[in-house]
Amino acid sequence: MALQIFAYILHKDGVIDDTALEMVAAAGKIDPAASLTAIVVGSKTDAVCNSLIASFKEVWKIDNDSLSYPNAEVIRGLLTRVIPKGSAVIFALDPFGMDIGPGLSIKLEGVYVPDAVDFDGIEGGKLKAVRQEYSGQVSTHVLCDISGGAVITIRPGSFRAVEPGGADGTVIDKTADATTGGLPGGARRYVEVLQAEVGDVDITKSEILVSVGRGIGEQENIDIIKELAKAVGGDVSCSRPIVDAKWLEKSRQVGTSGQTVKPKVYMALGISGSFQHLGGIKGSPFIVAVNKNPKAPIFQVAEIGVVEDLLEFVPLLTEKINEMK
Amino acid sequence: MEILVCVKRVPDTAENEISVNSSGSDIERGDLVYSVNEWDNYAVEEAIQIRDKVGGSVTVVSVGDAESEEVLRREMAMGADKGILLSDDAFTGSDGKGLATILKSEIIKGKYDLVFTGAQADDGAGQIGGMLAAMLDWPYASLVNRIELLDDKKIKIGREIAGGNQEINEIDLPCVLSIQTGINEPRYVGIRGIRKVASVEIPVHGASELGVNSASVGKASAKISKVDYFVPALGKGAELLEGSIEEKVEKLIELLKSKGGIK
Repeated sequence: MALQIFAYILHKDGVIDDTALEMVAAAGKIDPAASLTAIVVGSKTDAVCNSLIASFKEVWKIDNDSLSYPNAEVIRGLLTRVIPKGSAVIFALDPFGMDIGPGLSIKLEGVYVPDAVDFDGIEGGKLKAVRQEYSGQVSTHVLCDISGGAVITIRPGSFRAVEPGGADGTVIDKTADATTGGLPGGARRYVEVLQAEVGDVDITKSEILVSVGRGIGEQENIDIIKELAKAVGGDVSCSRPIVDAKWLEKSRQVGTSGQTVKPKVYMALGISGSFQHLGGIKGSPFIVAVNKNPKAPIFQVAEIGVVEDLLEFVPLLTEKINEMK
Repeated sequence: MEILVCVKRVPDTAENEISVNSSGSDIERGDLVYSVNEWDNYAVEEAIQIRDKVGGSVTVVSVGDAESEEVLRREMAMGADKGILLSDDAFTGSDGKGLATILKSEIIKGKYDLVFTGAQADDGAGQIGGMLAAMLDWPYASLVNRIELLDDKKIKIGREIAGGNQEINEIDLPCVLSIQTGINEPRYVGIRGIRKVASVEIPVHGASELGVNSASVGKASAKISKVDYFVPALGKGAELLEGSIEEKVEKLIELLKSKGGIK
């Protein structure tokens, strides 16, 4: 029997997430012979479902007023009721996918394939996935026995979205099947979303960002970054470890869990370049990376790389720029 | 509160350049510096802070070989009350589900209110907490960056979601939480702290003590296995500036000027 693949669609305010059409590509790479079904869970989802029928043969809808916020514990229970054992279910690796994926794989008795960035064929129920480890410094081929089913999370942006068209799909309402017996997952109750604090500088509007990461070593050294930012007329931003250490405020963090920036020039100083960090940089800026580790993933996306200790390099750079002025 | 924290000994990516060995079968492990997984440190700190507020105890547990004892001892030096090492030849080669199966069998021997894992470790899978919770039929939340105790039946938690926003939930006890970095500031562990716990006995539990069916763990049960390691080629790669440090500075200034990087 052909593999059945389900793609869980993220959506917000009636609009599908970019990852929805990336899933079409991912599913095609997992098994071109598989059937592909989109799953939409939420409240008032008709517009979302209709926007998917050009891309998916089938769109399963689970719609209930109590599902307006995606609580992973509730949705895991719903999906366990409707998804046939032995299927492959794809999620985008985001805070929702990370929340639901591992537990769902246990409930569906399948394997969990986390954070796939590519697939390299399937043979005899064994899927070859490509993953990254050690903050993206190395990649690995992983052989996954999906013959008993699988939950797979894919990294957003890793698969090229397939333009909608041609599927001429139908929407199938699975609400009754999923919610008979009431909503599951009552032990975790959604309360609210607190919006991020707004900082003194809005880095999303900056044209030049001088961004600092773990390589800075000590809190006192942040000053050399501030001085460089002043010299070039840019703003200081940072990667996650700097905020975790409370050396700079959260509003200056670039990345999927921070701000999405679109500067003209981005200087990554002592930043290794995790995909979560790179996910916050849009608009193809000119990226300059300074890092003493030549294997840092940031060098694969930067235009210009400098392999030096930033504690030596940055003060010298600042000094020369200031002399020039 | 009785709190269990699952910890893992990993190569320290801040201290090491990770490279692939000559056959591509693994990373080069010869000169690696190992430490406790960064996320786990935050989880242990959070557990200690909760215990200090409301009483109870903190147990740290790790699946691994004898060398994992050092990370347990380090977390005990931070303030964890007890360490347990889960070690058995039968555990070697376990996939995520196998590891969760081993940890579950230890958890059900105790009476824990809270089980913490780090949000992820060296392989970036972030899977153990969610699997454990589903096996135990306990509620779960990932990427937790705030915990507030409400009463002895439930807690309030914040989760990190996109854009720096925070999702607030109430969750019943017992539960499993995966802890995100930044939730607290893990305390410093000095040599003296490590010395203090150097002779504390750390019990080792194997498959028979845990009552784990050895067919459900280890290499034979693993449905996920690594074929090889390689170095990713994501983009065309940066043009690396050559020369002395002064020459690199000069070249970079010219480039920045041409790209509007100096106002």
